[in-house]
Amino acid sequence: MIKNILIILFFSLKANAALEVTIAQGKVEPTPIAITQIFGADSDTARYGNTLRQIISNNLTNSGLFYTVNEDLYIQSDNLVEKVPRFEDWKLIKAQFLLSADVSKTDNGIRLRMRLYDVFNAKEIEKLQLTIPDENLIRRVGHTVSDIVYERITGETGYFDTRIVYVSEIGPLDQRVKRLAIMDQDGHLDSHQFLTDGKNLVLTPRFAPNKQLITYMEYKNNLPRVYIYNLKTGEREIVGDFPGMTFAPRFSPDSQSVIMSFSDPNNAANSEIYLMDLNTRSRLRLTNDSGIDTSPSFSPNGEKIVFNSDRGGSPQLFVMDKNGENIKRISKGKGVYGNPVWSPRGDLIAFTKLTQGNFHIGIMDINGNNERVIVRDFALESPAWSPNGRYLIFHRQKRSNLDGTGGEVSIHFIDITGYNERVIPTPRDGSDPAWSPLL
Amino acid sequence: MLIVAGFFLASCAATNTEQGGDVDATSASASSSSGGEITAGTQEDLIVNVGDRVFFEFDSSELTVDAQATLDAQAAWLMQYPDTNITVEGHADERGTREYNLALGDKRAFSVYSYLAQAGIDTNRMEYVSWGKERPEVIGSDETAYSQNRRGVTIVSN
Repeated sequence: MIKNILIILFFSLKANAALEVTIAQGKVEPTPIAITQIFGADSDTARYGNTLRQIISNNLTNSGLFYTVNEDLYIQSDNLVEKVPRFEDWKLIKAQFLLSADVSKTDNGIRLRMRLYDVFNAKEIEKLQLTIPDENLIRRVGHTVSDIVYERITGETGYFDTRIVYVSEIGPLDQRVKRLAIMDQDGHLDSHQFLTDGKNLVLTPRFAPNKQLITYMEYKNNLPRVYIYNLKTGEREIVGDFPGMTFAPRFSPDSQSVIMSFSDPNNAANSEIYLMDLNTRSRLRLTNDSGIDTSPSFSPNGEKIVFNSDRGGSPQLFVMDKNGENIKRISKGKGVYGNPVWSPRGDLIAFTKLTQGNFHIGIMDINGNNERVIVRDFALESPAWSPNGRYLIFHRQKRSNLDGTGGEVSIHFIDITGYNERVIPTPRDGSDPAWSPLL
Repeated sequence: MLIVAGFFLASCAATNTEQGGDVDATSASASSSSGGEITAGTQEDLIVNVGDRVFFEFDSSELTVDAQATLDAQAAWLMQYPDTNITVEGHADERGTREYNLALGDKRAFSVYSYLAQAGIDTNRMEYVSWGKERPEVIGSDETAYSQNRRGVTIVSN
């Protein structure tokens, strides 16, 4: 939405190639960037400027690819939107890039102007001017500027103007109250919103790739079924009229269908994978096996589906064609696999694996080769990809004790290289995170 | 046995309130208000005199010999109280993914349900539901807790 506003007001020096930062396997040295004060002439615009600076600085730092050069070191303190920086001053403090911006009030709303400089080459590499109608969009502006900086410097698609839907948890572990909640990807409290009231148990929310919809599972009247939550209207709608439990939903890449498990009472309550067309309401059964088939996830081109099945005895990962044919096991290692999720770039599958008493979150090629463990702990679950395919979010739960203590569960962010793990803050405990596409 | 039954009962009541379901609320309050006397045909009667639950091996929905004996007794009890309806809950321990455990819980619940059906209980009197790993009976991250949590529980629903 904001992108549309932006495109009109946005003028950019067309950037063709990524600059200095190379993203290879292994640890990346964060690139130093200086961010000047974001200038405002009155108290309102100065406040917006402070907020924006904080959002941009946090986003870039949290990506693990940047660090913000300490403000105390800055030699030049000018607004550098219209004035050419004294690049020598910034070189001296080892800032590789320099961002300056200002905010002002205009007849159309609040205007931001931004300049991004390559310090070592002493040139402007990006500029932006945008106007928003009111301050409710300030956080979005901060995320959008962060995306532009990230994209211009790393050459990768940004991911900051996105949201995370997750399950907020509170209460004793044997009678947990769970609510759907949504927030900006940085977990900022100002952006946090509950979507359900906690009366019914809710699980496993996932975004539609290109619609303002979330599919999830809810125990309404103690009947566990897959639902769709409309983020625009707040309406909830059941997905299909099934005589048994439906669960483990995800959207197809075109957002026109939901793929999920159905536990059919006429089939000994064995879970099979179904595709439900949301327009025609027709359903297609894709698997047919006496084992459990669940956790389906589409490849981004919609041609393949990865899923979890215990058809070979223990839960493993399999890939099949979109029509259910050509089923092939891909998981090769020892242990119990689950939660496969196809990356938005199409080249990797994230998963969980339980082995030797610990859960692991890992990634593998789509044929199961090159399995790599990213993080290991007692209880890890629910990996979800950032829209640019570089990061994962997941939840981590502590051990619980007989006296009812422990069991705290929180949402974490990690680079798929295994570096830069951090907690995404939530007001209560959080689980089952899912990432929106770029807004 | 009585002490154990009391413990189960207390936690059942708590669970039911939280879920906001009408399935178990009646039986739970009826049982807990009965004091020392057990009313025949109630959840408390089932718990104390028959056994309301069966346990499963890790990652299995097959009924053990012990489980079948318990369900034979449940079937006889249900025959004795033909106006009683039940919901069978299937549960899993925490050592699996949420989605896989929902599937496993449903298979466990269905194992109990279909065993009772084969024993002659009218399926119109029975429902079943999976709670996956969402409603542990015993809190704890060890096998003692897990073995109690891999269960099928028969709840009197009227």
